[in-house]
Amino acid sequence: MTTVAYPAPTPAPAPAGAMAVRRRAFWLLARTEALLFFRNAGSVVWTALLPIVAVVVLGIVPGTRHASRSFGGLSPLQVYVPILMMYVFLMAAVNMLPAVLSSYREKGVLRRLSTTPVPPGRLLGAQGLIYLGLGVVIDVVILVVATVCGAPAPRQFGGFVVSLLLVAAATLGIGMLITAIAKTERIANALGLVTFFPLMFFAGLWIPRDKMNVPLRTISDYSPLGAGVRALQASIAGHWPPTAALLVLAGYAIVCGFAASRMFRWE
Amino acid sequence: MSVPVIEVERLRKQYGERTAVADVSFSVNEGEIFGILGPNGAGKTTTVECIGGLRRADGGRLRVLGLDPVGDRSRVVAELGVQLQHSELPPNLKVGEALRLYSSFYERPADWRELLEVLGLGPQAGTRYGKLSGGQQQRLSIALALVGNPRVAILDELTTGLDPAARRDTWELIESVRDRGVTILLVTHFMAEAERLCDRVAVIDTGRVVALDTPAELTARLDVQQRIRFVPSVPIEDSLLSELPEVESVSRRGDEVLVVGGADALAAVAARLARQGVLAHRLRVEQPSLDDAFLAITGRDEVADPGPRVRPLRHDR
Repeated sequence: MTTVAYPAPTPAPAPAGAMAVRRRAFWLLARTEALLFFRNAGSVVWTALLPIVAVVVLGIVPGTRHASRSFGGLSPLQVYVPILMMYVFLMAAVNMLPAVLSSYREKGVLRRLSTTPVPPGRLLGAQGLIYLGLGVVIDVVILVVATVCGAPAPRQFGGFVVSLLLVAAATLGIGMLITAIAKTERIANALGLVTFFPLMFFAGLWIPRDKMNVPLRTISDYSPLGAGVRALQASIAGHWPPTAALLVLAGYAIVCGFAASRMFRWE
Repeated sequence: MSVPVIEVERLRKQYGERTAVADVSFSVNEGEIFGILGPNGAGKTTTVECIGGLRRADGGRLRVLGLDPVGDRSRVVAELGVQLQHSELPPNLKVGEALRLYSSFYERPADWRELLEVLGLGPQAGTRYGKLSGGQQQRLSIALALVGNPRVAILDELTTGLDPAARRDTWELIESVRDRGVTILLVTHFMAEAERLCDRVAVIDTGRVVALDTPAELTARLDVQQRIRFVPSVPIEDSLLSELPEVESVSRRGDEVLVVGGADALAAVAARLARQGVLAHRLRVEQPSLDDAFLAITGRDEVADPGPRVRPLRHDR
């Protein structure tokens, strides 16, 4: 750095138009955030690799393909596929997103952005988009593996997609609420874990919903992933998901999303 | 008479009960490097955050290029580059990626590759932010503030954490940025930095402007004594010098004689020594610096961080 000269502005290109610049900036932002996600080995393993490995294992082990009394007449594979699919969204939205965003807030990344023409809200949008896209891609893989291994494909496909998108919205709402509440990355991580395990429990990860007693099952019905399992299982079986389950999911998405937007701090 | 690029009139900002900025007014002309000096907690950063539109002022009037930084936000951010204190980047983001990303935010950005070279970060283009040294991170931060080709740049604690060589390089860079017509608002607590770079300086203390002038004027206005040190070629009596009306005191440390006096003391001492045929070896004269001016103005005995300059000897009297 011995000769120092400030570079001239690039010769003004044909004015791209503010809209085009904004669109390009958003996509580059999303691409950069995606790149950062893939550079973090931990998040790739936990959100993407683990559920895929799990479904492959479940699909290969012969015993898991047959209907079992202890799984309410379903095969273990059938029981765990919806849970794994929801796991991806929950992991991404509740454990990854709040940690990343609150570290951005802590380190002043959001503050720096707010001095540029790209408001920091775009970064939230880009993050949401990445986790949604990631969830969809991994879930397609899980579904394909499961179907190849003999699990029944969802017969009410429209209902299945609607349910899954509502699961995505509900988990994203919860994740944004955690981001809004947590002052630091460490608190965000702690809140993420504290939320993650009960929600997975009520989804039936450890005790299938059919084995839960009535009070537990009732709580499960009103928990986001419990409602998610109900909706997904119904549509796999060929029915439109129960309205109550869809309403519970939508409720979490709206209430948490609204609360998060009221409480969110940029710095 | 040029139009002010930044106008601040009676700015006021509170955080709850605490008044961060009580009453700050100044204006920055086009092409100027304007410094804001002050002890920690004086309200410097809050002032520039209000100018940058990051905070809404509680009172007063602010204009950047004639625009309201909050109300005309979208137009102001396109013309204003801001380098903030304590703002990092994701540790896994590479230098080149960061500059490319931030340059995409602007309609007429600077060439980020060239900027990278100018800031001496060329070899680090593929290095992740988390692996950069403090100085390199700081230079990247400056690059990000300049990548949008701003007409006005706000630089907060520009050279904090840089080694002396990197600091001098950064100063050169800032001068060349100014030579291109970019107006610069510089927040600093390094007196040497303000003395070297700034055309004018506002000294802020407890939320108010306590002085506003060129660094030279601020220093000259001070009635600070000259301190003359030398080793006489032959032994002399103290009274030889202390009887001079311009001299206030004479003391010794080993062979060295220290004479303290008013503005004309040097001339008087030199004349007297010459008449006696005494040579003054290792003659040094300490002039009041901006450090002294700052201390006198703010009435504080310590600068938060004296920076690269050796502090004038204040405690050895």
